This record gives sequence, C-alpha cells and structure tokens, in this order.
Amino acid sequence: MANAEAAHTGGHEEHDTTTGLSHKKLLMWAFLGSDCMFFGSFIATYLVYKNRSQVGPFPEDVFDILTTSTSTFVLLMSSMSMVLAYSALTRGNMKGFRIWLLSTCILGATFLAFQVFEFNEFVNYHFELDCKNLNVEELTDYEKTFVDRCDGTVDHVSVDAGLTPRTNLFGTTFFTLTGFHGGHVTIGVIWLLSIFFFSLRKGGITPKKHEEIDLAALYWHFVDVVWIIIFTVVYLFGVFPGFD
Amino acid sequence: MAHGPNDEDTHSTVDTGHPTAFTYFKVAMILSVITAIEVGVFYIEGLRHGIIPVLVVLSGAKFALVAMFYMHLRYDAKLFSALFVGGLVLAFGIGLSLLALFQFFV
Repeated sequence: MANAEAAHTGGHEEHDTTTGLSHKKLLMWAFLGSDCMFFGSFIATYLVYKNRSQVGPFPEDVFDILTTSTSTFVLLMSSMSMVLAYSALTRGNMKGFRIWLLSTCILGATFLAFQVFEFNEFVNYHFELDCKNLNVEELTDYEKTFVDRCDGTVDHVSVDAGLTPRTNLFGTTFFTLTGFHGGHVTIGVIWLLSIFFFSLRKGGITPKKHEEIDLAALYWHFVDVVWIIIFTVVYLFGVFPGFD
Repeated sequence: MAHGPNDEDTHSTVDTGHPTAFTYFKVAMILSVITAIEVGVFYIEGLRHGIIPVLVVLSGAKFALVAMFYMHLRYDAKLFSALFVGGLVLAFGIGLSLLALFQFFV
C-alpha cells in the first residue's frame, strides 16, 4: 500500500507522493512563490523611497551600468550552464554534468566578486572637482552641492562620500535588496559546490537520481530571474534621468 | 566487470521531455541580446519616460524565457506554474499596494 503512493513521473526517479507530483518539488515551487513576495516587498520599498534621500550620494553618482551589465551577463550565462549541467545529467553524461556544474559555480562566484567590487566602490566612493576647469552642467545634482567649496583659494576639491546602508534611504534600500540577493547567490554557490563534490562519490549522483539537481537548478534560475528584475528596476530605472 | 548498485551510472539516459542543449543555448543567446538591447535603449536620451514600458516589456520577456525554458514550467505540471505564478501575483499586489500606500503614483 505504501508503494501505491510512489508515482513514476515522466521517466524520472520514483518520489513519495500523494498528488502524482514530487513533494520535494512542490515544496520548492511553494518556497520560490513565497520568495517572490519576499523580493517583491524589497523592490517595492526601494521604489517607494526612490528620490526621497535627503543627502547623497544618489544612484546616478555611484552606479556603473556597464559593470552591472557585465555581471548580469555572467549570471545569465550561469543559468545556461546550470541547465546544460542538468541536461547532461539526464542524458547520462556525467563528465559533461560535472564540467557544466563547476562552470555554474565559477560564474556564480564571479557574479559575487562583481558584487563585492561594486559594494566596495560604493562604500569608498569619492570624487574630485577641478575648480579651474569646472563645468557645472556636467556635474550631478549631488556634486553641484560642493561647487561652493571652489572659493578661489583651491585648485581641487576632494570629497569622500562613501555610500553605506546608514548614509541615506537609497543606501538602506539598495544594500538590503542587493545584499539579500547576494546572500541567495552565495547559498546557491555553496549548494551547487556541495553537489559537485557529492557527484565525485560513486553512486552519489546518477542520471536516475537527479531530483536533487532539479531542485538546486530551480533555485539557481530563480536567483537569476530575481536579478533580471533588480537590474531593470534598481539600476536602469535608478539612473535614467527621465524616471523621476 | 560487474557493476554494483552504487556504481556510477554513466550510460543510462532518462527521457525528461525537456528541450535539447541547443535550445538552451539559443535561449541564452536571446537573453544576452535582450540585455544588450536594454542597455542600448538606456542610452537613448530622447525616450525619456517612454523607456519605462520598453524596459518592463524586455525584462518581462527575459523573466518569462528563463521561467518557461530553464525552469521547465512550459513542460512541467500546471500545479508548479500555479504555485509560482500565484506567488508572483501576490508579490505584484504587495508591491502595488505599498507604492499606492506611499503615494508613489501621485
């Protein structure tokens, strides 16, 4: 009777189920659905407080769209390598599976390295005003607030304006949102690395025991789709002058 | 040489009904192109507020591609889609409510 509740779904391994679907996979989708709400709240909070910071620096001061575009590309490619790892596994190609899985880990770690670099740049953000060749039109609103320091007695004005979660509303909402996303990516990299090392054991991961990989892949792709939204809403909308 | 039950199974394959590796590669290329278009559109200053719907559509397309092909929602049980889309709809509702509550649209 107990075996009656084990269903064979689409040629996959057998799962304990009362619905005809894998309970683990159902749980993972339920978790991802709830995580949508988690990130949805953070993204909405970022938008609510957009342009409400009393002091700088602001998004247009610190964001570097080309750098973030590159890290976005890296994360998109990690999704491709993840799905190719899963595809290789289901086709019985264990060597291909390990290569693509390790590639995913490396790309994920690269994305995290980009994020660490970006956070470091923001925290240590500083700029200089060349008082002798000052073109106010080219300055951001925040930089313009320091123009009066060029009082004729100095050639350059150097301003340390590091952005931290405590600096302003932009810093608080930005670091909270992207920090939690980075935390998700970190968990994903650790999860995938543990699967990689587990697959080196005989019988650890086989083409017929691939549900654990399916779950990890779902999580990884979810992290990717969340970043797709963050990249557009936080970075592109954040810097574009027409979005007030 | 006989194989035990725990030996690595490197030859058996499982038919998952999922796309081929080439399809995954094509999706990745489309995602990359859309990202490039997003960044390109971003530098068109004449668009002003017109950039908002453009970027929303482009990022929505990327989201849908990853969810349908990489997360296999197109091929898997409808219940999985319902759970995910249900969460998405709730997230969207929470977001809109928050924005309305703090007079974002005023």
